Amino acid sequence: MTSDHTPTAGGTTAATHTLAVEKLTVGYADRVVIESLDLLVPPGRITAIVGANACGKSTLLRSMSRLLAPRAGHVLLDGREVHRMPAKELARTLGLLPQSPIAPEGITVADLVGRGRNPHQRLLSRWSAADDRAVAAALDATHTADLADRSVDELSGGQRQRVWIAMALAQQTDVLLLDEPTTFLDVSHQVEVLDLLTDLNAARGTTIVMVLHDLNMAARYADQLIALAGGGLHAAGEPAEVLTEECVRTVFGLDSQVITDPVSGKPLMLPIGRHHVRSAAVM
Amino acid sequence: MSTTTLESTTTLETVTRGRIRRGRRRRTVLAVLAVAVVAVFVVSLMVGQTFYPPGDVLRVILGETVPGASFTVGELRLPRAVLAAVTGVCFGMGGVTFQTMLRNPLASPDIIGISSAAGAAAAFGIIVLNLSETGVSVFAIVAALGVALVIYLLSFKDGVAGTRLVLIGIGIAAMLNSATSYVLNQAGQWDLQAATRWLNGSLNGSTWDETVPVLVALVVFGPMLLARSRDLTMLQLGDDTAAALGTRLERTRLVSIIAAVGLIAFATSATGPIAFVAFLAGPIAARLVGPGGSLLLPSALTGSLLVLAADFLGQFAFDTRFPVGVVTGVLGAPYLIFLLVRTNRAGGSL
Repeated sequence: MTSDHTPTAGGTTAATHTLAVEKLTVGYADRVVIESLDLLVPPGRITAIVGANACGKSTLLRSMSRLLAPRAGHVLLDGREVHRMPAKELARTLGLLPQSPIAPEGITVADLVGRGRNPHQRLLSRWSAADDRAVAAALDATHTADLADRSVDELSGGQRQRVWIAMALAQQTDVLLLDEPTTFLDVSHQVEVLDLLTDLNAARGTTIVMVLHDLNMAARYADQLIALAGGGLHAAGEPAEVLTEECVRTVFGLDSQVITDPVSGKPLMLPIGRHHVRSAAVM
Repeated sequence: MSTTTLESTTTLETVTRGRIRRGRRRRTVLAVLAVAVVAVFVVSLMVGQTFYPPGDVLRVILGETVPGASFTVGELRLPRAVLAAVTGVCFGMGGVTFQTMLRNPLASPDIIGISSAAGAAAAFGIIVLNLSETGVSVFAIVAALGVALVIYLLSFKDGVAGTRLVLIGIGIAAMLNSATSYVLNQAGQWDLQAATRWLNGSLNGSTWDETVPVLVALVVFGPMLLARSRDLTMLQLGDDTAAALGTRLERTRLVSIIAAVGLIAFATSATGPIAFVAFLAGPIAARLVGPGGSLLLPSALTGSLLVLAADFLGQFAFDTRFPVGVVTGVLGAPYLIFLLVRTNRAGGSL
C-alpha cells in the first residue's frame, strides 16, 4: 500500500472488508467469557457493542483484533483467520484503540501519532513523506494540529482522547475497533469524539466497531447495535429494532421506557429506578 | 466539524519540522556522547603513574613498540579502558532494554537481581569451580536467565505487574548478594579485591583474557537488540496498543530478554556487577535525547561514558584508589532514592 486512502491489497475498497466472528469461544485463565458467538460486522458502517459490565464487550473486541486467542471458533477478516495473519499485514487493515493506552513519558503529540505508522514501516526504512502526510492528515481530522509539538502529559482528557484517535487514524486502516472511546470524557467531548468517528466513516468508508457504555449514544451514532448478554449475542440489528424495553430488561436487568429521541429520531432509553418516577411511567 | 481528507499545508510543515528537529537533537546528542567516550578513553590511556602523550598512545594502539608505553599502555591501561568502554555499552543496552520492556525505570537488571545472579554465578564459577573465562561467562548467563525466569514466574499473576516484579527482584538481589558473600567467605578468599569486584564491580587487574568474551557478546547480542529497537519502542505504548500496531509481543520479549541478559551476564562475569550503570544509563540518555525514539544507542554510549569516567575518577580523583563500582554506586544511590520517593508520592504504584 503506497498511496494514502486508496484500496488495500486485492483491489478491495474500504467498504468491502468483511469482519466475521464464527462460533467464537474465548475467555481468560479459568473462565469462559464468550461462548459460541456468531457475528457479522457490516462493512463500511458503524457498529456499537453494548451490554452490562463484565458481559464480554471488551473481550469480544480484543479477540476480534487478535489480542486474545480464541479457545474455539474463528475471527475472519476477508475470510482469513486474523490469528494467523502476519502482524503488520493485519495492522494495515485493522486497527484497535484499547481502553487505556499508555503514552510514554514526555512524548510529543506528533511523535505519538507517528507511532501509528509502525505497520507501514520496515526496520531500516526511513520515515517517508507519506508518513508525514498521514500524521498531518490525522492531526487535522482530529483538530489536534495546534497541539502537535505539545507533550501528551500536559493535555486534558478530551484532547488526549482525540490524540489517541489521531494515532489510530495515522495507521490508515479500513477497519477500526475502539474500546470505550468516550469513557472519562464529559458530554461535549463524547459528542465530539463520536461526531469525529462518524465523519471518518462518511469520508473514507471506514468500518467502525466500538464498545460503548452509554446506550443512548450508541443508539444515536451506530448503524448497527450489538447487545451482549450472558456470554452470547442477545440481539443485533438497527438501533430501533434492538433497543427495546424488553432488551434493556434482559441485558441490564433494568426497567425502562424507550421513546423516540426528538433530536435524532433514534430510540432513547429512559431508565426506571425506584425513585423519581411518576406513577404514569410504570404502567 | 468537517473531516479534512487532505492534510493542510501548515500542519504538514509543523509535522515535518518537528520530526527534523527531534532527529537533529538525537544526532547531536549521539555525536557529543561518542566524542566524550573517545575523549575519556584516550585520556585514561595517557594518565597514570607515568604520563604518555597522545602520540605515544596512538603508536601503541597502532602496534608500534614504544619503550615503557608498550607495556604500561598496551598491557595495563588499554585492556582496562576497552573493558570499561565495552561493559558500559553492555550494561547500558541491557538496562534500558529491561526498563523499556517493563515500562519501569526501577526494573533494570541491577535492581531486580539479574546482575546479582550473574555476579554470584561468576564468583562461584571462578573461586569454587575454577572455570575458564568462557565457562564462567556461560555459567553466568545460564544463572542470570534462570533467575530472570524465576522472577517472572514469581511475579506472574494475571499477567506480570511491574511493581510486584520489581519488589520480588529486589528481594532476590539481596539473597544473591549474600550468596556471593558466602562464596567469598567459604573459599577463604575474602580479600578486598575479590569482594569489591563481585559485590560492587571493579576493573582492577583487567586483562585481554577478560575483555575478549565481552567483546564477542556485544557483537552477538548488540545487533539482536538493535534489530528489535523499533518493536521495543512500541512496547512503551502498552501491550494492547503495541500489538494492534503490528508488534509481535512474545517474540520481541523473548529475543530482548535473551540478548539483554546475555549482555549483562557476559559483562558481569568480567567486571562484577558495576553498581547502577544499567539503572542510570537509560534515564540519563532519555533526558539527553528527549522523548520518543529508541534509547538503545544513546544508552549504550551513556553507559560507556559512565563506566570510563567513573573508573578514571576512582583511580585518580581521590587520595585512595576506589574501584569503579564504588563511584557509580555513589552516583546511582541518590537517583534510586529519588525514584522511590517520587513513587511514594504518586501513591505507591511504581
